[in-house]
Amino acid sequence: MSGLLNYLILLLAAAFFSPYLIRKGGKASPWLLGLLSAGGFGYLLSYAGFIAKGNTLNYTIEWLPELYLNFTLYLDGLSLFFGLLVPGMGALVLVFAGKYMQPYPLKHRFFFLILLFEFAMLALILSGNLFTMFIFWELTSVSSFLLVGFNHEKPEARNAALQALLITVSGGLAMMAGFIMLGQMAGTLEINQLLKSGDLIRNHPNYLPALLLILAGAFTKSAQFPFHFWLPGAMQAPSPVSAFLHSATMVKAGIYLIARLSPVMGGTPEWRYILTITGAITMILGAYFAYSQTDFKKVLAYTTISALGTLVLMLGIDTDISVKAAIIFLLVHALYKGALFMVAGLIDKSVGSRDLRKISGLFKVMPITSLAAIVSLLSMAGLPPMIGFIGKELIYEAKFALPDIGNVLLMVGVITNVIMVAISLALIFNLFLGPLKYPGEKPKPPALALRIGPLLLAGISLIFGLFPADVARLLLKPAIVAIHPSIDTLKLGLWHGFNEVLLVSFITVVAGVVLFLLYRKINRWLTRFNNEVITFRFAKAFNQGLDLFLSLTKKKTAIVQSGYQRFYLMAIFVMTSVLAWYQLAYTWQGFNSFNVPGIFEILLLMVLVAATFFAVAVKSRLAAILALGAVGYSIGLLFIIYGAIDLAITMMLAETLVLVIFMAVVYHLPKFTNFSSKASRLRDAAIALLVGGFMTGLVLKAGQLNLNTKISDFYTENALSLAYGKNVVNVILVDFRALDTLGEITVLAIAAIGVMALLKLKTKKGSAT
Amino acid sequence: MKSYIIQLAASRILPVTIVLSLLVFYRGHNDPGGGFIGGLMAASGFIFYAMAFSTKQAQKKLKVSPLSLIAAGLSIATLSTLPALFAGNPFFTGKWISINLVFSGTLKLGTPLLFDLGVYLTVWGILLIIIFNIMDE
Repeated sequence: MSGLLNYLILLLAAAFFSPYLIRKGGKASPWLLGLLSAGGFGYLLSYAGFIAKGNTLNYTIEWLPELYLNFTLYLDGLSLFFGLLVPGMGALVLVFAGKYMQPYPLKHRFFFLILLFEFAMLALILSGNLFTMFIFWELTSVSSFLLVGFNHEKPEARNAALQALLITVSGGLAMMAGFIMLGQMAGTLEINQLLKSGDLIRNHPNYLPALLLILAGAFTKSAQFPFHFWLPGAMQAPSPVSAFLHSATMVKAGIYLIARLSPVMGGTPEWRYILTITGAITMILGAYFAYSQTDFKKVLAYTTISALGTLVLMLGIDTDISVKAAIIFLLVHALYKGALFMVAGLIDKSVGSRDLRKISGLFKVMPITSLAAIVSLLSMAGLPPMIGFIGKELIYEAKFALPDIGNVLLMVGVITNVIMVAISLALIFNLFLGPLKYPGEKPKPPALALRIGPLLLAGISLIFGLFPADVARLLLKPAIVAIHPSIDTLKLGLWHGFNEVLLVSFITVVAGVVLFLLYRKINRWLTRFNNEVITFRFAKAFNQGLDLFLSLTKKKTAIVQSGYQRFYLMAIFVMTSVLAWYQLAYTWQGFNSFNVPGIFEILLLMVLVAATFFAVAVKSRLAAILALGAVGYSIGLLFIIYGAIDLAITMMLAETLVLVIFMAVVYHLPKFTNFSSKASRLRDAAIALLVGGFMTGLVLKAGQLNLNTKISDFYTENALSLAYGKNVVNVILVDFRALDTLGEITVLAIAAIGVMALLKLKTKKGSAT
Repeated sequence: MKSYIIQLAASRILPVTIVLSLLVFYRGHNDPGGGFIGGLMAASGFIFYAMAFSTKQAQKKLKVSPLSLIAAGLSIATLSTLPALFAGNPFFTGKWISINLVFSGTLKLGTPLLFDLGVYLTVWGILLIIIFNIMDE
């Protein structure tokens, strides 16, 4: 298991090393990185036999076990299945990107980001502790942000990146709150222990809020309605990113989380209804919007949303058959969508456009690639002999088996699939078959590095469809069992015999073909409908909401941050003393008795009081400052009388230096004129009384408190024996509490640098005008 | 307002304050004093000098910039915590060595003293930065 940790570290190291490699390593370097990724795939695969026997692996590095925070890796059927997708797709995408990103001047940065993402994503899947998972979850959001905004000179790319980041990260925050609640309920965040405490959590009063918070994270990440709109926006990213993050892996993180927590939180009516309804809406909306898109990548993005909705729906139905359907459909989707995104990038590269209205008949220029794309599209349509057919059949079967809302879901599912069939056929016949049409120069056949990914994925789609048994036994079944431990058989095959499922499949295909034949007519009508009737745009509404929020916070800041120091001080003083007064009055026990002070103290006190009144009353600034100095020195003398020599010395020195600073400042101030009105002086006097009274009350109160004297006793007793110092104050400062002192001097140093910067800045401005 | 008497006094007092501040700093372990007070004293000598002459000349007299004093102070304070780590103790544990002196018994030196030196330098630098800048205004 620590081998997996080593691989993760290797991947991270490779990420940091990759910019250098890409810059200096020449054409072979993306292949090398792809090989590293493929090695990870192979290494993970070597665990398959072991895991298929029902074993799990857990590897923990304790960090803060008291807060349930550990770094844990956990490998079971589910994490193995999802985990394989990451380096597997990663290998193909890296090779693809090596060619695709060649003209980009910042391509070394791209490789760093995409490897960083691969590391974060794999670590997320393998996390055995929810906090470990949360950290990597956020890291994938951040790397997605940087990758979507990779073409950062384009404002649309920046906007889309920000939108994706804000949505996924706010969902992530909600999810973290949910994780904390889960931790409090179960007393652990370790997944292997959480899996055992499902009943406890489901019957806990906090179950529903925790579920909603965690699902917020999963739904935002997996682009579920109403958060779906960031995914089409994210198509601004270069195509390798879309193929890797936004179809095969990152958007599946939410699905993974739902599947992972299904044994812990699933099976309740809340779970079932929230997931099925959200999933069904997302599924049909995605398909509907996909139908009228003209950008190839946008079509793929919306069908991805639809597929993610299907997955959430299946996990929400939460029966044995639906879980099987979910896992198989996930594999199906990753295979065909990854291939199609790469094909989209490849077309963009060699034709110079992705506009479906301008391109057709690509089979004539790139027959092999087109074949791969057609195979993938057939899989997307759910036609035999592709693995997509098996997936779709299972999905129908799952819906049939559902008692109450099964019929509604089945109808939604059929409509979605009809649209999918129509889209697939439209793409096959318009984009790849038919007469050759292209906007610019005659497209050249693509390079091997661009072709290899789609070819391999399409081949796997085909082979899995024909021979699903071994994959089912080694990978799919362990993953399904991890969600529903009771399942013991998984039989996959293209042929299920004549039954109602096959009948519905047949109807779907026929309707799909009809819809395809009417494609152009309906599309024109649909585009008009979408433009004129459905004027609501989620992405736009989100941006407007964001702008509204920003303008509100700006107003709030303008009110709270007045920029006048006296208002800040007033706010701080009034708030502190009001709160403290409340507490003092609440716990007041009357005055305590005290000894009559000696003659020295009384004299000093008189000087102090007189100096204070003088400082308030006097009209000259200089005199006021000197009077304040007298107050300070008197307090210093009081310290001496009560034996606090260190304090007294510090006080005297500080007082002297403050006087010097005051003098230096006063020298520059304008002449003392009466600025403040009578009302504001009364206000200031009231605040002064409030604060002074509170300090007095606090001092009186301190005498009543039964403080635990053990701490100060400890210092007095041990200063000499442990720290070899007789001056307890200093020993505390430099030895017992040296960390505090280090913090204090650091803060002081920063303050000094701040003063320097502030004054220097001001002089420069002054000299400029 | 340059007064020759004050200038003379300031230039004579400056070395005295430095020596005094070092003394106060060193004796801080057993008697009132320490890095913080020492730093305040060292700074006040230079501030007096700056008032008598100018901040520029005080700066010149100091030879290093106050910012380097802060940097050196913070570095020394931080480094003083490291020997404990190498000895396998927790961070910040005080480490002591005893040096036998021929004349006056043993001299005990420890990382807390080094730490205090850091405090001394930092406080010195901070005050000079703040006050020099304000005086320059």
